[in-house]
Amino acid sequence: MMGWYWAGVFSLALLSFCSIFIGVIDLSVSDLWRDPDGLHLIAISRFPRTIAAVIAGGALAVAGCVMQMLVRNRFVEPMTAGTGQGAALGILLVTIFAPQAPIFLKMMLASATALFASLGFLAIVRRLPPKEPLLVPLVGLVYGGLIGASVVFVAYQADLLQFISVWLNGEFSGVLRGRYELLWLAALGAGFTYFAADQIAIVGLGRAITTSLGLSYGQVLLIGLISISFISALTVVTVGIIPFVGLVVPNIISRLFGDNLRRTLPLIAMLGAGLTLASDIAGRLLRYPFEIPVGSVLGVLGAFVFLGLLYRGQRYE
Amino acid sequence: MISIRNVSYQIGSTMILSDISLEIPKGKVTALIGPNGAGKSTLLSLIARLERLQSGTVRVGNLLVGECSNRELAQHLSILPQTLDQAPRLSVRELVSFGRYPYHQGRPQAEDNRAVDHALTVFGLADLAQRPLDALSGGQRQRVQIAMNFAQDTEYMLLDEPLNNLDIAGARSLMALLCDVSERHSKTIVIVLHDINYASRYADHIVAMQNGTIMAEGTPSEIVNADLLRDVFQTNAEIMHVDGVPIVLV
Repeated sequence: MMGWYWAGVFSLALLSFCSIFIGVIDLSVSDLWRDPDGLHLIAISRFPRTIAAVIAGGALAVAGCVMQMLVRNRFVEPMTAGTGQGAALGILLVTIFAPQAPIFLKMMLASATALFASLGFLAIVRRLPPKEPLLVPLVGLVYGGLIGASVVFVAYQADLLQFISVWLNGEFSGVLRGRYELLWLAALGAGFTYFAADQIAIVGLGRAITTSLGLSYGQVLLIGLISISFISALTVVTVGIIPFVGLVVPNIISRLFGDNLRRTLPLIAMLGAGLTLASDIAGRLLRYPFEIPVGSVLGVLGAFVFLGLLYRGQRYE
Repeated sequence: MISIRNVSYQIGSTMILSDISLEIPKGKVTALIGPNGAGKSTLLSLIARLERLQSGTVRVGNLLVGECSNRELAQHLSILPQTLDQAPRLSVRELVSFGRYPYHQGRPQAEDNRAVDHALTVFGLADLAQRPLDALSGGQRQRVQIAMNFAQDTEYMLLDEPLNNLDIAGARSLMALLCDVSERHSKTIVIVLHDINYASRYADHIVAMQNGTIMAEGTPSEIVNADLLRDVFQTNAEIMHVDGVPIVLV
């Protein structure tokens, strides 16, 4: 197990190195020490962009895992089941009604609408037949799509369409020093989740077992939903909706290492970070010197992995 | 001792339990029997507070179930719920370790690890400790879950139909093990059983329920007779006595 942790750390370091030295402006490692412009570029753009991808990817993978445990379904994640769209709706409403509000207040409001959207999703899931696990992600896609559509509608009415594309389509090209720092809070949120790892794993075993182990089911559910909403809101506001990381990564890790979250959450975070960073690097290289948004790269990649998971999931059950 | 006073429970307008009062003796194995829908599982859920009490009181030892904290209750009473979902992706040891959660709240100590090892040994799972649960048979998984309850180290253990999924060998060895555990560790064990003969053969005390009421209670030789079968189970099976134990010929 320790070996896997180190492999994760090493791969992440390698990817971060690549991310810092790949871009339209050439940077060479050997000349860096006598190149003040190069250092400036790193400090302002390349380093923030790399960190943003690492934090967003890692935190979203953790949030996806938490949501899958709470809903007890492996095919959901906050960015496709309404939480991300709920956050976008919140930030849009603040932009319309209180454009002068401090960024912190905007964040709290986006988190709150994200939480409401997740509670709504949970309430719907409760009413679905338990024997039909594939209904849950489908209903999630429709539900998320509806909220997303209402965001577009409101933005269209308020003439803010150019704003929302930033939130609805995740990409890292806009990440600069001074414009991504809120994401550190998402890292904090994901780290906090680790302290509740046992509780969340137990909730994944069902309400009866949770209660019999002395936990309040509703309380753990609420804590989990709050951390999901918080992470989603921070990600949507800073880099936009990044789909599929939260879906694919927890599934892969669960297949390989099981669901003892105290052991697997660090691996989930590292694989999420690595996958997002690699996708961002790929997006920078595929149409060089133009960029493909990371959301599109992950959308294509994730859709295929998702189909594979559905296929295998059915074969095994 | 578990004492239940004037407990009624209804879902919508359907009465599930009507005015039940019952004392479950301490340190013994008590079997709850009765036809489907008699209210056995509901009664167990109310004792373990999986469902909220609507009226009446339940006392587990010195704890008043309506008022004590979740954690307090979990250190005195454990329950094996009836519905077993698909196997979680955990190893045997990982699942049994969750039984210690009420004590360590996420930070297991050496003492918790000892309790887990002990539970694995008592339930004959030491060799399977690292195996993933989905590689086990349904019966083995059932045993692992009961081992998790045992690791919870509670004076009271409630088991809802633990013999489901078990073949006759598995069922017999589990019942014998539970009797042994009750005697050795002086635990009060309450088991919902479908098969009267298992109750008759292994339980110290039997409570027979029907339609949300208690029809009879007492030792197997006191209450397992033709009247009980007729009144509670609506059947006229014959009864034999083997070593003083009443056995129903099915």
